[in-house]
Amino acid sequence: MSIDIAQFHQVFFEESFEGLEVMESGLIDLEIGRPDSEAINAIFRAAHSIKGGSGTFGFTAISDFTHVLETLLDEMRNGTRDVTREAVDVLLLAVDSLREMLSAARDGSDFDAAAVAEVHDRLEELLKLGHGESTAVDAADATAPAAAAPASTGAWLIRFVPHPHLFTTGNDPVRILRELCALGEAQVQADCSRLPDYAEFDAETCYLAWTINLDGNVEESAVREVFEWIEDDADISLIREHDEEDVAVTAAPVADATTAQDAPALQVAPPVDDRRSGDDRREGEDRRGGDRRAAGGSASGTSSIRVDIGKIDTLINLVGELVITQSMLGNFDEDSGQIDYDKLREGLAQLERNTRELQESVMRIRMLPISFSFNRFPRLVRDLSSKLGKQVELKIVGEQTELDKTVLEKIADPLVHLVRNSLDHGIEPPADRIAAGKSAHGTVTLAARHEGGNIVIEIGDDGAGLNPEKLLAKARERGLVGAEEILPEDKIHELIFHPGFSTAKEVSDVSGRGVGMDVVKRNIKELGGVIELDSKFGHGSTIRIRLPLTLAILDGQLVRVGGQTYIVPLVSIVESLQAQSDRVKSVAASAELYRLRGEYIPIVRLYEVFGVEPQSRVLEQGLLVVVEGEGQRAGIFVDELLGQQQVVIKSLETNYRRVEGISGATILGDGTVAMILDAGGLIALHRHPASPKAAHTNQAA
Amino acid sequence: MEASATQQPIEMGIGNEAGNADQYLTFLLNGEEYGVDILRVQEIKGWMPTTKIPNTPEYIRGVMNLRGAIVPIIDLRLRFNMPAIEYTATTVVIVLKVEHEAGERTIGFVVDAVSDVYNVTAEQFNPAPDFGEHAHTDFIRALATVDDKMVILLDIDQLVGRDAAMHAASQH
Repeated sequence: MSIDIAQFHQVFFEESFEGLEVMESGLIDLEIGRPDSEAINAIFRAAHSIKGGSGTFGFTAISDFTHVLETLLDEMRNGTRDVTREAVDVLLLAVDSLREMLSAARDGSDFDAAAVAEVHDRLEELLKLGHGESTAVDAADATAPAAAAPASTGAWLIRFVPHPHLFTTGNDPVRILRELCALGEAQVQADCSRLPDYAEFDAETCYLAWTINLDGNVEESAVREVFEWIEDDADISLIREHDEEDVAVTAAPVADATTAQDAPALQVAPPVDDRRSGDDRREGEDRRGGDRRAAGGSASGTSSIRVDIGKIDTLINLVGELVITQSMLGNFDEDSGQIDYDKLREGLAQLERNTRELQESVMRIRMLPISFSFNRFPRLVRDLSSKLGKQVELKIVGEQTELDKTVLEKIADPLVHLVRNSLDHGIEPPADRIAAGKSAHGTVTLAARHEGGNIVIEIGDDGAGLNPEKLLAKARERGLVGAEEILPEDKIHELIFHPGFSTAKEVSDVSGRGVGMDVVKRNIKELGGVIELDSKFGHGSTIRIRLPLTLAILDGQLVRVGGQTYIVPLVSIVESLQAQSDRVKSVAASAELYRLRGEYIPIVRLYEVFGVEPQSRVLEQGLLVVVEGEGQRAGIFVDELLGQQQVVIKSLETNYRRVEGISGATILGDGTVAMILDAGGLIALHRHPASPKAAHTNQAA
Repeated sequence: MEASATQQPIEMGIGNEAGNADQYLTFLLNGEEYGVDILRVQEIKGWMPTTKIPNTPEYIRGVMNLRGAIVPIIDLRLRFNMPAIEYTATTVVIVLKVEHEAGERTIGFVVDAVSDVYNVTAEQFNPAPDFGEHAHTDFIRALATVDDKMVILLDIDQLVGRDAAMHAASQH
């Protein structure tokens, strides 16, 4: 029997990355000088799990690194070390290094060993430094392995008798022994007396027991901690040796710590083959790193999601109801002859409700709280504000607001960009703030909430706001706005979304490369969202992002052109109106424009763009659906508006390819397929009509 | 799927010495008989009206809903520049799995009628002659003689892969 431990890699990595997030947010919230022991405990536990896991899976580099980190945290937890800002900084760096090492192990790539080593050194340095101070205060409490505590006490004699079922709990005695050896010099002796005859041997039963002589300088709590996880699965006795001199003498100690480590492993080896190999792999980390990492890499290919158990229960209840409805409808078969239409109708209504609820619940499985994305910002703000020499407080509101996992992942980078912008351009240096009559502390607010079928994310700051004059001057300089042109303030604000427009005087490390807001806006557009900006010069800016909760479903307006039904996403519709002929203007006898409240918008005759036969070519007989796409408005001429409904978006690219002017397809209630229009693409297509690809006939026989 | 599960040799003319014979599903197109690897056939269904995809060549008839999947439908007659005909009761859509550089795709092909399933061994293969200017033969795997009839065996991956209309729009 052999267990492929690679199958657990993915879970390990997921848990480790979660642990890192816990550590990071915990460290940031840690109050300098006045640590909350519960908070440090949480950080310590996260580090401890990572260490344990990486040790089990043979990621020695990670477990060694975490060990130093853990030691440091342990001292903080015990109160023997002060929580200094410097220590927190180094710990945060260590979290970064760990993240890098974990990603490298997951993807089978290499991490920057030099950088990690540097952080490792800094940790060690801190450990020594802090230790020097703390021994001065309270020498007896020092727990670091390097501790030179008074050696007055006798050695520990530990009797470790695992219960036979120990292996089934997933614990490895060799690991325990190794941890003990790491605490101080140890002598380990295996007790094989329980071993049965070969015929009765069960590979999954633990027959061995150990007696360990451990350096007396190690604290009792440290030893107890090693056994913490297996307390219930083994008999452990811990005594000072001078109390039981005889035992120590009669025990024939195995030569030294290193061979002691191997000895039990070798004895255990034949029966528990897989465990031995797991141990072996750990030792052969360097030699076999390559292929093991490859195994880890394959696990990262799939992505998984953690679902709240409540959501699953809801789903199970709904399926139960669905089954009841189905059997209720099934009964109509048996009642031969008479059909009770009322009951049938009632059943169908129930079925409809069940289906809708089921759909909503299934969708909810993909929903995650936005805190997954917001959690990284305290760190970002902390690092950036110290780098920029600004005092910034981050307020997070509504981090439990849920949205689709895909949207969540795609929104992360734009959000980082916007928050960086707020810090770099928005919040002023403390001196400027005081001069402007504000508090030296700037505030950046990240807020999320649901509004209808949308999620609204706001990034606000109480900084300088946008300077409309500066913006306008810059735009004129770049030729984006004519010299005499006068723009209303909101139009001026929109300029920052223009490609290549950056108002930062100098390109800074943080932002201001001129690729920014336009990319952000495009990303948001791709997600089917809109981005708005509110800014008051001198008082700050707020950027509001409105996104659909999910990418899988959209609210659509069904329109008809000839025999074809199309779907226009409701988010892109501004209004729908009956065209009046006196408002239709033509330019150069070709382009048609429609005057809509002082604005001229192009008319896109859908039947022309898509080459279908319409019911009518007369504008008055159809309708204009005014849409907005990529900042442009246009009136789409259709024959008729049909109903509105939620549609499930299906990709055309799965089996075909991307089609211009079409963002996807969906299946209507009657089973037919309808195309979903892409307003922006349609306007572009109207300007540069595509030639029907009939020119590929040379391919045909 | 049912078709691909049928692994036993089916009783037929020459060349049913099981061994290394491949099975081909054949269909009729303008009186000619064409064959495709039966393992690629996902299902065969009757013609149903499709939804047109704008700005595509005539031979792409549109897309169809195949149990929730959006599947493009290609009219092979039009694809091969054969005269178009009214669809009849025997007109069927053969849904095939096609290997494509972007992964496996499911595509439906409209043909006049399904004909038969043959076991074809390598000895029955005749390489496709070079038609020179008259026809492109990349997508013809071989010509096979079965029951004194000529069957044109198609390489469906080539047929789709070489088709510019199946790739992302180049002008943008």
